[in-house]
Amino acid sequence: MTWINAIIQGILLGGLYALFACGLSLMFGVMRIINLAHGDLALVGTFMVMVVAQHVGLSPFAALLIVLPGAAIVGYLLQYGLFTPSLRGGELSPLLATFGLSIVIGNLLLEVFSADTHSLSAGALTTASWRISSQISISALSGVIFGVAILVLGGLQLMLSHTQLGRMMRATADDAATAELVGINAKRVYAVAAAIALATAALAGTFFGMRSSFDPTLGPAQLIFAFEAVVIGGLGSLWGTLVGGIALGLAQTIGAQAFGAGWSIVCGHVLFLAVLAFRSQGIFAPRQERA
Amino acid sequence: MTLLEVRDLDARHGLLQAVRGVSLSLERGDTLALVGANGAGKSTLLRTIAGAHPAAGGEILFDGRRINHLPAHRRVALGIGVVPEGRQLFLSLTVEENLLVAARPGEWTIDRVLEAFPLIAERRRSRAVNLSGGERQAVAIARALMANPSLLLLDEVSLGLAPVTVDDLYRSLRAVIAAGTTVLLVEQDLSRALGICQRVACMLEGRIVLEGRAGELTREQVTEAYFGLGRLEGAGRPEAAPGAGVAHQEASP
Repeated sequence: MTWINAIIQGILLGGLYALFACGLSLMFGVMRIINLAHGDLALVGTFMVMVVAQHVGLSPFAALLIVLPGAAIVGYLLQYGLFTPSLRGGELSPLLATFGLSIVIGNLLLEVFSADTHSLSAGALTTASWRISSQISISALSGVIFGVAILVLGGLQLMLSHTQLGRMMRATADDAATAELVGINAKRVYAVAAAIALATAALAGTFFGMRSSFDPTLGPAQLIFAFEAVVIGGLGSLWGTLVGGIALGLAQTIGAQAFGAGWSIVCGHVLFLAVLAFRSQGIFAPRQERA
Repeated sequence: MTLLEVRDLDARHGLLQAVRGVSLSLERGDTLALVGANGAGKSTLLRTIAGAHPAAGGEILFDGRRINHLPAHRRVALGIGVVPEGRQLFLSLTVEENLLVAARPGEWTIDRVLEAFPLIAERRRSRAVNLSGGERQAVAIARALMANPSLLLLDEVSLGLAPVTVDDLYRSLRAVIAAGTTVLLVEQDLSRALGICQRVACMLEGRIVLEGRAGELTREQVTEAYFGLGRLEGAGRPEAAPGAGVAHQEASP
């Protein structure tokens, strides 16, 4: 039974990883940018929710209604102010620019919030659980996070497949120069993608803050989990990102069950390296198009 | 009424000046074929008008408005549709998605363009990556029409296609022209270009060296201008026969 419990917990944990990763996947899929500041930007969302919740007296869920649009606006502006200019400098420039942004954000968070650990209260959800048997129970918060992850990733996939904005994003991802020639404002499409990516990052960061304690130094660790989920699932595929997140979560919880809690993270990294070694395009990589 | 006016346009590829002081104009409903050998500057001129290549000098006026500074997508919004060289479809999208992504309100709807291009009507749900060269070209033209342009810029429609496929495409293009669309066609195939357009302009080394109505120019005149033969055979030779509306710029720098 404990193995079944480990699998269930792994799947639920994977939902959080997938939520972290979907913004990273979207930005890579549309703009071919690997945003090394993704984890830190998610953490900014976590801290903003904490600040709004504390100062306005809202629950973290209600604070999300203020923070998510703010995160989207920041993403939109970052695209115009940082990512687009860095794209002109070649493939390495966005990596360096986002790496620099990560360092700046990390230090700003340390300066403003110190190195103390914090946590967000999810209210009754924090302790609520569904007991399935004496050895298996599902945390209500983890269930909610998993459900939100499915909704967000599924919603984004539907948007990409069936709306004009989605078609414009895929067309721009295919060939930005030609997209301009058919009337698509590629820079604006990039900015919208960045806005969505940052909003989902802030959402993931908030759930992370409800699930465990956090401090300003945790951004890079969240980036690594998100990056591993994206690579395992396949770069640029949102369904792949969900599967990648779940696979990573399963590797960690099953690894912890098999070898002890200390091996949890290591087992996730081993899965990531195994996918890189034996199926470097990931499990659900989009088909390579050839002219 | 003048729809497109290009005045003394220059365009460069690094140190190479690909377009040198070109001037031309298109009235509404006009069809102009831009012919010339490889490297004559035709595609660069077309890409500069479309906004895909920066102008180094001169002016481009569309519907009386100077558009030099506008990015390509803004020019499409104004009514300039482009069929780029090499088709350049969005390969991960289906034919229908390639058309819908460019759609703007107007007479050309997806059903109408598919009617005009029967070559692709059956492939509506196919991904562009799975299409033949001819089908891709048909989608590229249909996609440009979906923006309901007043001016359609076509770059090398027949390039790399089987003659029978080109026949099909040109049949469809005739229907597009008959619908009143103004067309600027870059083409290396002289016969096709002369057969479909009212006017012809021949480019050599970045300049327009011959221009006139298609019916009034002889094939020899166009061929001479195309290859720059008149220049090689010496001065004193007329650049075109009287009444051909000919041109006026020297062929060499």
